[in-house]
Amino acid sequence: MLDFRLDEEYESLRKTVQEFAQEEVAPVIGDFYERNEFPYEIVAKMGRMGLFGLPFPEEYGGMGGDYFALCLALEELARVDSSVAITLEAGVSLGAVPLFRFGSEEQKREWLPRLCAGEQLGAFGLTEPGSGSDASGLRTTARLDGDEWVVNGTKAFITNSGTDITGLVTVAAVTGQREDGRKEISAILVPSGTPGFTVSKKYSKVGWNASDTRELSFEDCRVPAANLVGQRGRGYAQFLQTLDEGRVAIAALGVGLAQGCIDECLRYVGEREAFGHKIGEYQAIQFKIADMEVRTHLARLAYYEAAGRMLRGEPFKREAAIAKLVSSEAAMDNAREATQIFGGYGFMNEYPVGRFYRDAKILEIGEGTSEVQRMLIARELGLGR
Amino acid sequence: MNIVVLVKQVPDTWSERKLTDADHTLDRESADAVLDEINERAVEEALKLQEAHGGEVTVLAMGPDRATEAIRKALSMGADKAIHVSDAALHGSDVLATAKVLAKAIGTVEGVDLVIAGNEATDGRAGAIPAILAELLGLPQVTQVRKVEIDGTTVKAERETEEGVAFLEATLPAVVSVTEKINEPRYPSFKGIMAAKKKKVDTLSVADLGLDPAEVGLTGAWSSVLEAAPKPPRSAGQRVEDDGNGGAQIAEYLVGQKLI
Ligand SMILES: Cc1cc2nc3c(=O)[nH]c(=O)nc-3n(C[C@H](O)[C@H](O)[C@H](O)COP(=O)(O)OP(=O)(O)OC[C@H]3O[C@@H](n4cnc5c(N)ncnc54)[C@H](O)[C@@H]3O)c2cc1C
Repeated sequence: MLDFRLDEEYESLRKTVQEFAQEEVAPVIGDFYERNEFPYEIVAKMGRMGLFGLPFPEEYGGMGGDYFALCLALEELARVDSSVAITLEAGVSLGAVPLFRFGSEEQKREWLPRLCAGEQLGAFGLTEPGSGSDASGLRTTARLDGDEWVVNGTKAFITNSGTDITGLVTVAAVTGQREDGRKEISAILVPSGTPGFTVSKKYSKVGWNASDTRELSFEDCRVPAANLVGQRGRGYAQFLQTLDEGRVAIAALGVGLAQGCIDECLRYVGEREAFGHKIGEYQAIQFKIADMEVRTHLARLAYYEAAGRMLRGEPFKREAAIAKLVSSEAAMDNAREATQIFGGYGFMNEYPVGRFYRDAKILEIGEGTSEVQRMLIARELGLGR
Repeated sequence: MNIVVLVKQVPDTWSERKLTDADHTLDRESADAVLDEINERAVEEALKLQEAHGGEVTVLAMGPDRATEAIRKALSMGADKAIHVSDAALHGSDVLATAKVLAKAIGTVEGVDLVIAGNEATDGRAGAIPAILAELLGLPQVTQVRKVEIDGTTVKAERETEEGVAFLEATLPAVVSVTEKINEPRYPSFKGIMAAKKKKVDTLSVADLGLDPAEVGLTGAWSSVLEAAPKPPRSAGQRVEDDGNGGAQIAEYLVGQKLI
């Protein structure tokens, strides 16, 4: 029979991150959020705890854990705050995983120890101002000139790309034309501070305000030929694989947000009174919270199962898409209901549910929109044009 | 630098704590149990000293089987091994018996240079164990310190009390107790959590330590609790509305209570 109970070490990790989130993140994150400020000190502490190294082997400075351990950490962080959770998610699954999975031994030795320690952050530049869901529409180019790549183009909405501790961005670029006439897409590692690589100022965002998101531009930006990540022309396939894993991580993050809504509501409905009763005594409120619990539970099972398949080396594309879809919708629905339950206070930024409300929407957009998840699921069912 | 750290599993300060009706001892089943926070700091200090001076860190806990959770946490923070003294005969031990047991258990560790404890546990709050232990072991006691340094065979420490700060030195081996100002304990990493599963935990009984069960536990205690009652709930108090003469009204009230 199936068993979704956590092993002892996963449970200890979950508890440790829960404690960390409550003690170190919850008391201060609201102020960072309000000031649109990146919380360097919190990220440094996450680094010292080894969170950025969770799924990597010890020889590269990692914790010798796995991707599920990362998911548990993301869930517990997002239960308190999504900005720090996405900083970890993007740093690991978009910044470090592509190097670990496809990079050369030299690239891994050079970058992974600092990325695993959280001393540096990595970013992943796929989206452009003119292309997102249809990533193959990207226009950034990288041309080989002697023993250097020359990168030109613009990337949009890139997480972790402009912090003081950002070390590199892995950029998806067109490096030529394939025999079938389609674009040859490759991944190029561009270290921060490379001449010709400009990071614009932070976007003003609806949510995730304590995370770093920027537009990047490359003008005759030169990096050594050895900065190719993986095989030439395999860039697109590599990204798709990275994104499948990233979806499971985002699903975990969404479950955390959905759970955070329940945590906050359970506390509030036992205190707030209206018409002579605690609002938690009214069935209309109880049913809302019961539905929140149902959504969260289902989404959690979905991501546990997708992660289990991933770790066992089984196909998990369909399960990852399902998990990401149900989890981001659970997060969005729970955030809306939690805000409703909090009434006017729910609309105030000083309460966490207001932050949850603002942070939930992006989960239905980033790392594949809900429409894209449905497309993937339909395709897995053999449906197509 | 071989260090023994005393750790204790205590009821979480956030959960409701009760005494059992049967013998007025703490009802450890009814509350969430955690590694006492002051002990996390003691472990942290031991690990820092180990990082600087090498050697081994052993954690020592006396307590029921559940105390293994506190021990695991200390091991996942980075301590090398553990001793767990667990015996039904220990139930209800007073500070004297506890110190006796701990002293015997410390005696099983070879070449101990330093014993580190928290200044007081958050449950019993006697705050006497480190001193009694030092006496039993015949070692100098450096208690209630906010800073510790090892210089050769000397331990230098800042002891902070309500009266002020005293700068103390003692020759190793010694017993040190730390306050919450000593450091910020680390969170265990996943690597530490996984490594902890493989670390050695010696479980010892009272007999293993060569003690007579009658010396410890409720029977061996020098005092006994005859009766215990919960604190009466606080009464509503008296409200003073301040319409300009609030200060005078408060003063009058205090005079009425013969407080000023
Ligand atoms: C805060 C934030 C952080 C981000 N971080 C990163 C990052 O680190 N790296 C990175 O590369 N990108 C990042 N992104 C970009 C993100 O992945 C994209 O925004 C997302 O993939 C959607 O792309 P798009 O914005 O171009 O929307 P579009 O692709 O233009 O989509 C617009 C709408 O059309 C729908 N749509 C598109 N195609 C179809 C179709 N065939 N059928 C039906 N509907 C369709 C979409 O679902 C959507 O509703 C980030 C975005 C944000 C907001």
